[in-house]
Amino acid sequence: MYKYDHYDQAMVDARVADFRDQTRRRIAGQMTDDQFKPLRLKNGLYLQLHAYMLRIAIPYGTLDSRQLRKLAHIARTYDRGYGHFTTRQNLQFHWIKLEQAPDILAELAEVEMHCIQTSGESIRNISADHYAGAAADEIIDPRPWAEMLRQMTTFHPEFSYLPRKFKICVIAAEEDRAAMRWHDFGLRIVKNEAGEIGFEVYPGGGMGRTPFIAYKSADFVPQHQIFSYLQAVLRVWNRHARRDNIHKQRMKILVHELGEEEFTRQVEAEFEHIRKLGTDFPQSEYDRIAAYFTPPPFETGLSDEIDRSDPDFAVWVDQQVAAHKAPGYAIANISLKKIGGIGGDITAEQMEVVADLAERYSFDELRVSHVQNLVLPHVRKRDLYAVWQALREAELADANLDLVTDIIACPGLDYCSLANARSIPVAQKIAERFADYDRQQDVGELKIKISGCINACGHHHAGHIGILGVDRKGTENYQLLLGGSGDENTTQAKITGPGFDEDGIVDAVERAIEHYRTIRDPGERFIDTYRRVGMDGFKEAIYG
Amino acid sequence: MAESGNPVPQAASEANYLRFRDDVPADEPAVSLDSFFEQPNAVSVRIEAGDDPEWLIPHLARVKLVEVDFPKFRDGRGFSSARILREAGYTGEIKATGDVLVDLVWFMRRCGFDSFAPEVAIDPAVLEGALNRYPYVYQHAADDAVPIWKLRHG
Repeated sequence: MYKYDHYDQAMVDARVADFRDQTRRRIAGQMTDDQFKPLRLKNGLYLQLHAYMLRIAIPYGTLDSRQLRKLAHIARTYDRGYGHFTTRQNLQFHWIKLEQAPDILAELAEVEMHCIQTSGESIRNISADHYAGAAADEIIDPRPWAEMLRQMTTFHPEFSYLPRKFKICVIAAEEDRAAMRWHDFGLRIVKNEAGEIGFEVYPGGGMGRTPFIAYKSADFVPQHQIFSYLQAVLRVWNRHARRDNIHKQRMKILVHELGEEEFTRQVEAEFEHIRKLGTDFPQSEYDRIAAYFTPPPFETGLSDEIDRSDPDFAVWVDQQVAAHKAPGYAIANISLKKIGGIGGDITAEQMEVVADLAERYSFDELRVSHVQNLVLPHVRKRDLYAVWQALREAELADANLDLVTDIIACPGLDYCSLANARSIPVAQKIAERFADYDRQQDVGELKIKISGCINACGHHHAGHIGILGVDRKGTENYQLLLGGSGDENTTQAKITGPGFDEDGIVDAVERAIEHYRTIRDPGERFIDTYRRVGMDGFKEAIYG
Repeated sequence: MAESGNPVPQAASEANYLRFRDDVPADEPAVSLDSFFEQPNAVSVRIEAGDDPEWLIPHLARVKLVEVDFPKFRDGRGFSSARILREAGYTGEIKATGDVLVDLVWFMRRCGFDSFAPEVAIDPAVLEGALNRYPYVYQHAADDAVPIWKLRHG
């Protein structure tokens, strides 16, 4: 994975000093919280219901064991002994003291980590396929491009005071595992007929209160012009977005108001201009960065056999292990969705176990998925049993990847000052309702996503089953949505009808699932059945 | 002085006016974009946040000062306005006015602003710290800072 050189390190160290000075001025009363707010937000520090929350960037979801051990240390020293992986492949600590935030940044800088642009109206941490570099179906590892764009968008002078946040995602396979088209700027790496690498570009996506799926604005932007194209998109948006209503300033709104054709036309005109300015990075810089992502030295001649004699292990293998591009290797997914727990949460001790496993069995590499699970990307198949045993010991061996209990839920009203309703207890009740493993298996792939308010941090628009918590005359109420997806056939979920109370929504989810089991064709997933029969095919079963 | 990166203090009546240029400032007040087009002799023009700076491009030969207004510091349209003028070859003064906070000035300098008339005066010591905080830059802009990728490859 990428290693900082002295330039990268100097920039991150400067940020630590910068933030230390800003925090000092705030604590000394030389700044009001209003003045401090935009500065701390540019550094991932939010004021939440009970304490400060610090969001740490995990660029394109890639970590090594040294970094995860540092996060464990921070969890123990500055927080309450645990952290929370997010849907942006980042990590959040929810119980931070303001005066300690600069020390945490200094600790992070020691392991080449930072919180730069993890919040505020800026270009956020860039997400990527969490199987990058390991997936059997990828054209090329997308992470060198993500790293390049990370650098080029760090402290970009023209685009540091954008109308709103701006999220970029890079994938390099047909299958979309990263919800690419739900981003402001989605990129899919493709090869043209001449065998050259380039980008399909999808601008204008986003969830929130006004969801839009990104559209394709370009079939093939040559690889060394992608930064120019990105700047063209940003400039059109920065100049023409509304500035009078924060809820209408995301780029998706401008794309919608101008229309895709006109937005594309303006971007192309700007792109023609910008690409002549010579701001793109050269091949030599791509080569330098890509060298950090050369595949690890995979052993050859390994067997693909897995000893499945332990039935519990076999269940885990069937659910958690994905195909790797190297023979004899596998991708092992680690569930952070323990039934009754909080999705994405992990204790300091568990972080250390996972760090040890990465170091010993996965070429010291780890990934965070946007579904808030972890990934050991390069495990020899013959080591899977040892990995599983260690995970089981650490209570991390749940076998529920993509099943009904692998739920995305935002922090909700338990933590968040924006929320209208709690999300975590709803997720827990659904998981408990479907805790029986045979029942989960029978239901099959089913992605439930829960948001505690219309800002949609829990991705309810992209859920096969989505749940949206709202405030209804002072009580928490939950709307049910069906048919969303963040995969290569991206769709937006639709509301079924009137909402439910907390127990009612769990019952309604169960009725929808039981109805699916009744009407599904052989081999059909929940989303397939929904697409076949539509909302009308489900409504009566849900509302009776 | 200005070439070394230190602002040249202007007249006492303009205590908030920080200028990073050595030439003589334009001595007429900036007029609105509409008035500028109506007055063939005008050399100073003001661009409000919603104005299109590209309209000025055919007329840059007679422009000595462009004021770009920041109605709120969060409104970053002015950053693009300055870039567009510099990319069109304009070398005269670009002054940032309005809600110009010290933490914006480094970005503004990089976008081509070379003078500042903030509503609230900026403490020169804090400004100096803010301008010198970051030793490098990651990307080309309107200044002559060399991006890190170029430094890496000589």
